[in-house]
Amino acid sequence: MSYDVEKIRADFPILHQKIKGHPLVYLDNAATTQKPQQVIAALDHYYRCLNANVHRGVHTLSEEATAAYEAARVTVQQFIHAQSEREIVFCRGTTEAINLVAQSFARPQLKPGDEILISAMEHHSNIVPWQMVCEQTGASLRVAPINEHGEIIVTELQALLSSKTKLVAVNHISNALGTINPVQDIIAMAHQVGAKVLIDGAQSLAAMPVDVQALDCDFYTGSGHKLFAPTGIGFLYAKAELLEAMPPYQGGGDMIRQVTFERTTYAPIPVKFEAGTPNIAGAIGLAKAIDYIQAIGLSEIHGYEQQLLTYATEQFKKIKGLRLIGTAEHKACILSFVIDGVHPHDMGTVLDHQGIAVRTGHHCAMPLMKFFKVPATVRASFSIYNTREEVDKLVTGINKVKEMFANG
Amino acid sequence: MDELQELYQQVIIDHGTKPRNSGKLNTCSHQAEGFNPLCGDELMLYLDVDDNNIIQDVKFESEGCAISTASASLMSQFLKGKSVAEANDSMHEFTDMVTNSPKADHHSLGKLTILAGVNKYPSRVKCASLAWHTLLAALNKQTDAVSTE
Repeated sequence: MSYDVEKIRADFPILHQKIKGHPLVYLDNAATTQKPQQVIAALDHYYRCLNANVHRGVHTLSEEATAAYEAARVTVQQFIHAQSEREIVFCRGTTEAINLVAQSFARPQLKPGDEILISAMEHHSNIVPWQMVCEQTGASLRVAPINEHGEIIVTELQALLSSKTKLVAVNHISNALGTINPVQDIIAMAHQVGAKVLIDGAQSLAAMPVDVQALDCDFYTGSGHKLFAPTGIGFLYAKAELLEAMPPYQGGGDMIRQVTFERTTYAPIPVKFEAGTPNIAGAIGLAKAIDYIQAIGLSEIHGYEQQLLTYATEQFKKIKGLRLIGTAEHKACILSFVIDGVHPHDMGTVLDHQGIAVRTGHHCAMPLMKFFKVPATVRASFSIYNTREEVDKLVTGINKVKEMFANG
Repeated sequence: MDELQELYQQVIIDHGTKPRNSGKLNTCSHQAEGFNPLCGDELMLYLDVDDNNIIQDVKFESEGCAISTASASLMSQFLKGKSVAEANDSMHEFTDMVTNSPKADHHSLGKLTILAGVNKYPSRVKCASLAWHTLLAALNKQTDAVSTE
């Protein structure tokens, strides 16, 4: 079956509007993706027909809401090929998932001299939680370097691994560069020294098939809103034996078995990590979004986006003075760039006037900007509903901006 | 004139791409560093204020967009010969212009009024304000880098 981008576009109501008099060209998908009608309808249906608190009610609505919430967990489990739905903890998103691992997995066991290893292309959310836990425990944060193409130098990463390394945390796809990292190799190397591995999957889940058992990662994190689902819902995958051994992250309702003033026993995993009323509608929306992309097919999506990437990269090469930041051999459809003589923020404002939404700035990766010696970049990030025509509009837009500043 | 042309007038693009008074002041009485954490714009501002509280010279080093660079460039020209008190008043008037009342009479700001158009771009107001925040920090002899946040 051929990839029908027009059919997909028709599912996304927000795309069919004008911004400053021009049809919206939404190229900020690495920040957040738009939501298809199917997901919006699922949220609407939940609040109209199903809303009740989960897990303890004996009334019909509560039972139905619980069933839908737990079915969403199974959808996530199957989506990433986890062994059991007990290994899926719902949370707010990747940031919360990483903080959960930092505080519940790393903090209780880290000692001075221990090390956490990340890469030089991590998002702040995969840097700062580790810095915090290092400060709390006396452990050290080590950083595997990258090369000028924006690829992790795997031999150097390997050289940094030792018996001191307790955890390796890297992204699957870089939000700022688009690099697809060789996580399978990194996981195998880390396991050889006994380190556990967390993969930040914020950018990958909408872009390529993910199989956590094949990867053999210990933790995998995801954000719903980058996956056509609502904001405020995401998940942590962790191997069951790790979750069993970890203390709860937050205390509260739902995560307990029995409470007395003397002693509290906790619920089994994964509920042990879900204190308080969860984002029920969000979880249901996430499951609907996963159903939606699975109906298209992750391999088909990956293939389509690779074609877009090839086309966009070719067109960009024709723009004089444009420098791509991130030229890895294996890339997702994210193009980060700078242009001689035009600051990214001016580029962003002028493109917006042509209806083109791109991100400008440091993309929550300030150390990475420092590495490439740029204060900021313009980032165009593509998704399932973007077209070649939109690449052309972006190129035309960039040329207009260049012209405007050249005449200054 | 449409909003975009109003924001990026020739004078702004000119000052943004070829800033005046760019560089370091070797002997200066005041200096401060400004930073816009949202977009990473950085500014080092140097002032030479004489014993009568008159600003004799201004220079700056910046890394930022056309709006923030043009604002610093125009400010540097504007401040020369002004008293510290006048500079303070202008800072308040400029802030008022780019945030609250772009259409009010701001003739005391002279050429700086061409930055009034930034008012329509909430995400860019901080770009235009960075130089003035830094000026305030310099005049107050603030030693920590000042932030627009």
